[in-house]
Amino acid sequence: MAIATNQTILIVGGGISGMTAAIEAAEIGKNVILIEKRPFIGGRVSQIYKYFPKLCFPTCGLEINQKRIKQNSGINILTMSQVASVTGSTGDYEVVIKTSPRYINEKCTACGDCATVATSEIDNEFNYNLNKTKSAYLPYSNAYPQRYVIDESVIKTDEGKKIADSCKVGAVDLSMQESETTLKVASIIWATGWQPFDADKIQPYGHDRFDNVISSVEFERMMDPMGPTSGKLVRPSDGRDAKNVAFVQCAGSRDHNYLKHCSRICCMATLKQTTYITDTYEDGKADIYYIDIRAIDRFEDFYQKIKNKDNVNFIKSKVASITEDKKNKNPVLNGVDTEGYHRYANSYDMVVLAVGMQPAMDTSILPKDITINEHGFMENNDNNGGMFAAGCAADALDVNRSVQSATAAALKAVQVVNSQS
Amino acid sequence: MAEEIKTGCYICTGCGIGERLDDKQMQTIATRDGKAKFVKSHQFLCSDDGVKTINDDIKSEQLNRLVIAGCSRRAKMNTFEFDNIPTSRANIREGVIWVRPDNDESSETTQEMANDYIRMACAEARTMKQVAPSEEQSTINKNILIVGGGIAGLTAAIEASKAGYQSSIVEKSGKLGGFVANLYKSIPHKSPYNEPQETQIENLIKTAEDDRNITIYLDSIVSKTEGAPGRFEADITKESGASKTHKFGAIIQNNGFTQFDANILDEFSYKTQKNVITQSELESIAKKGKGKIQKPDGKGEIKTAVFIQCAGQRSDKENHLSYCSGFCCSTSIKQAMYFKEQNPDIDTIIMYDDLRVPGVAGEDFYRAGQKKGIVFSKAKVSQVTGDGDNLKVEFKDLILDEDTAISADLVVLATGLVANSGPDPYATPIELDADGKEIENPEVQKIDVTESVLNLQYRQGTDLPHLKNGFTDSHFICFPYETRRTGIYAAGPVRRPMDILQTKDDATGAVMRAISVIENSNKGRAQFPRSGDLSFPEFRKEGCTQCKRCTVECPFGAINEDEKGYPIFNEARCRRCGTCMGACPVRVISFANYSVETVNQQIKNCDMPDEFDEKPRILVLACENDAYPALDMAAQNRIEYSAYARIIPVRCLGSTSVSWITDALNSGYDGIVMMGCKKGDDYQCHFVKGSEMAHERMAKVGDTLESLQLESERVAVHEVAISDIQTAPALIEDMAKVVEKVGMNPFKF
Repeated sequence: MAIATNQTILIVGGGISGMTAAIEAAEIGKNVILIEKRPFIGGRVSQIYKYFPKLCFPTCGLEINQKRIKQNSGINILTMSQVASVTGSTGDYEVVIKTSPRYINEKCTACGDCATVATSEIDNEFNYNLNKTKSAYLPYSNAYPQRYVIDESVIKTDEGKKIADSCKVGAVDLSMQESETTLKVASIIWATGWQPFDADKIQPYGHDRFDNVISSVEFERMMDPMGPTSGKLVRPSDGRDAKNVAFVQCAGSRDHNYLKHCSRICCMATLKQTTYITDTYEDGKADIYYIDIRAIDRFEDFYQKIKNKDNVNFIKSKVASITEDKKNKNPVLNGVDTEGYHRYANSYDMVVLAVGMQPAMDTSILPKDITINEHGFMENNDNNGGMFAAGCAADALDVNRSVQSATAAALKAVQVVNSQS
Repeated sequence: MAEEIKTGCYICTGCGIGERLDDKQMQTIATRDGKAKFVKSHQFLCSDDGVKTINDDIKSEQLNRLVIAGCSRRAKMNTFEFDNIPTSRANIREGVIWVRPDNDESSETTQEMANDYIRMACAEARTMKQVAPSEEQSTINKNILIVGGGIAGLTAAIEASKAGYQSSIVEKSGKLGGFVANLYKSIPHKSPYNEPQETQIENLIKTAEDDRNITIYLDSIVSKTEGAPGRFEADITKESGASKTHKFGAIIQNNGFTQFDANILDEFSYKTQKNVITQSELESIAKKGKGKIQKPDGKGEIKTAVFIQCAGQRSDKENHLSYCSGFCCSTSIKQAMYFKEQNPDIDTIIMYDDLRVPGVAGEDFYRAGQKKGIVFSKAKVSQVTGDGDNLKVEFKDLILDEDTAISADLVVLATGLVANSGPDPYATPIELDADGKEIENPEVQKIDVTESVLNLQYRQGTDLPHLKNGFTDSHFICFPYETRRTGIYAAGPVRRPMDILQTKDDATGAVMRAISVIENSNKGRAQFPRSGDLSFPEFRKEGCTQCKRCTVECPFGAINEDEKGYPIFNEARCRRCGTCMGACPVRVISFANYSVETVNQQIKNCDMPDEFDEKPRILVLACENDAYPALDMAAQNRIEYSAYARIIPVRCLGSTSVSWITDALNSGYDGIVMMGCKKGDDYQCHFVKGSEMAHERMAKVGDTLESLQLESERVAVHEVAISDIQTAPALIEDMAKVVEKVGMNPFKF
């Protein structure tokens, strides 16, 4: 178990921001505890197929960071853990952490025997529930810690017993209970990240009603060769090639009804996702419905590259509604093209909603004097004492800016620790 | 005296290994072929008992080399770390039983595969030496040199001080504060993000001036920088000419940007019309008038102000900026608010293509602007001309889809920024002839004539390399601070367009990196991506032919040359990729635990069946960060590949010595597959150029193949990403098919 002192930095959230902050602080010798709600670290980044604008693969950078973590004895990781309460002040916080049972202990060698005998299936959270996974599962191939998880649903069943019996190294422990740990720490970095805005809430767009209306995060999983469609770009309704695809920007963002803020990443994510279509199908075509294309600063190059393609079109319009063509299940976009005011009703094979970033922090556990803005992000300022927000806990940020923010947050936490000694 | 090598070889039989493979046979192989002194099998080696067994044996048997045969080196990494004992991992789980079918027919070749990995690991362990940290960094300096005294530099110095580190700010001009000091107000940094706020720059300057950890040099430049992290020596030269050398541990370059020159924008009549000004000129006017903005020509009041976004930016016209400067949209909103503050009846119209105010603060501020009555018009301005005392702004209204014009009293151009980078060391690529002399290419003009900022005394140029559009180096996505010059970090708009809020964050992050390099170089530990690695390149001077390939090809400019052309390695600048090792034609560069020999011995110690056995051997050299994990993950998903493949992870494909290829072909390998990362502009190689260098070098392997009368298809170099879980094994299969087609290599001994 992690040993915490008033020299310890607690990092809440093990996504790219939390990992970065942990590594930065630990590599100069600080004692770090990194807690993560899910059974693995890597966060949303691990669910992204490719990064913009280089179209490279997030697992590559994660591999480096995982290696840095594996080699660093200064970082203690608690997965399936969340903060229950925080009290105290700079240099002297008391944090209660709740850990859910994984039913698999540290002896696990990730051999996969438990998954082989498991018979029931559960929703695959890693793939946004687009498919199923076994009740004993490794969240994804490169998951770290490289340890299986057993779903609660089978614990008291015969299947659970079979799973336990299958393990030759005694890694399965069905008697595990939720546990509580109290830590004393000097500083806390909140790297709680984001969650995709629930597309079902945007009623006019029919994500909950039409098979061929998917969200941008679901699209990322679909493209992964290890994902729910084995990397095939096909329509969910009938498995036909999805060649003519529309992207709806600001789905939930910049909208008084949903998220008021701009989520920053969606324009670039969509530009990137058009390459999935044009790279897969020679006759593929993408239409982007947008308000502003926020390909800020050096991302402009990427925008221009995509804009110059004949098979990618840009339509300045906030889409009014999506309906479904009953005979072929094609989604139909309805609205007005504001450049020239033309009405349209355009039919597509599939529609991707560029959903916004919603801050994932549970602000109810924070002391009252912490600054949370009206959008739910934590604003860094001196009133927050030894607590700092990193990455998407602070603002809607892309990966590069999240890492920058997390590196800065690491220094702020280091300052607190250094002033203790 | 050479130490006696005592290798302990531990074979794990857990995870199904024992059921699939004959561990007794592997034990024999380890003793007989691998020359292991001590061999044991264990049914659960990563357990406490397994590790204790190893630790006990280390003591009782005085083992000084270890071979762990079991899972991949990427699994249970810290479990199998033993102090001061070079350890090799034989990957017989992911590398053998998980990629081979479990049937009688395959069992023989599967066992042979495992046996070879035992031989290879034993050979590697034997040739590895214990790593001892470099003694180069015996005394280190912990101060940070901060080049530039604007908001980034001030922030960096203050944040460093709060963490207990001293710094020196070197500012070229006579005062601190940089660009921000000229601003009337800044964009809001606090919710509700609806009003311009004070810049607070005076407070920041005063805080820095009063801080005893901060030394400030005004009217000064860095005229010479030598050394490496922990031991930089920089000459700080005053305008007067007085100069002094100071020691530093790390450097942050945050010397900001220069305004784009609006004089070339004839279409907007900037040169001829007094009432056409830039955003930064408007700031000066507002600051001078304490918020009251006078018409520049002094004739009357401003009733209508038009802001033209992207003036000379996002444009493919000659001398224009192709990129977006990132901060101008919010600046125009802020400046339009200056007018509204003065008099809400003043018409302010922002003409834009895309209004780029991302994130929380941006969108709130935009909305606040709309509430204050600022007009946002999606429009393309074609020209601005004088019209009596007024200006005529002609534009295409993109919403109404019509050409139109309005009259304005003032036009403000959002002209953007140009990074104050030093000259790019790679603007003119260095080419060497066969004798290692630099080839002067008259076709390539010295494009970059900018003044140096750092005046580095490095073999590879005076300044940080550029990435794109003249901004200084920084790794694009996952690691924004990693430049190609270790210990020198760029922060603020010199590395990427950014606003004040982001700049402050960026400077703070750069300090974190600076402290990290200082603390780690102190211990001889490498920086990203091989963080903490204590090995460093050593070279045998007697064998060196002064060909300079290592000094030219090092992706990080870590190696200098002495006056005779011998390399001078600067360990703290080195990232341990081994590109120098791969570059060296005479094989005199090595790392204690990774050398031409450690890999060569693995290649040579594979069992080489007779030509007529019809059991070919395929050597696979795989980048340890991408291709090797991809193959591991393929194994996890039970994707099979040829039992004839023998995979060796390499630090970077750039570290591949051509001798490995020729020796492998000479000793009978039938095919060679090299897997490195994507090269080129969108490179994915974490050593930037490593993969590219490997591809270049291997293009020349054709000669060797020809001299051996071997088919060129036998050697393949591929770009493999970590996500190529299905492709990577397929490439091995492809080579197996090639060998089937062209036949066995006749050079089997």
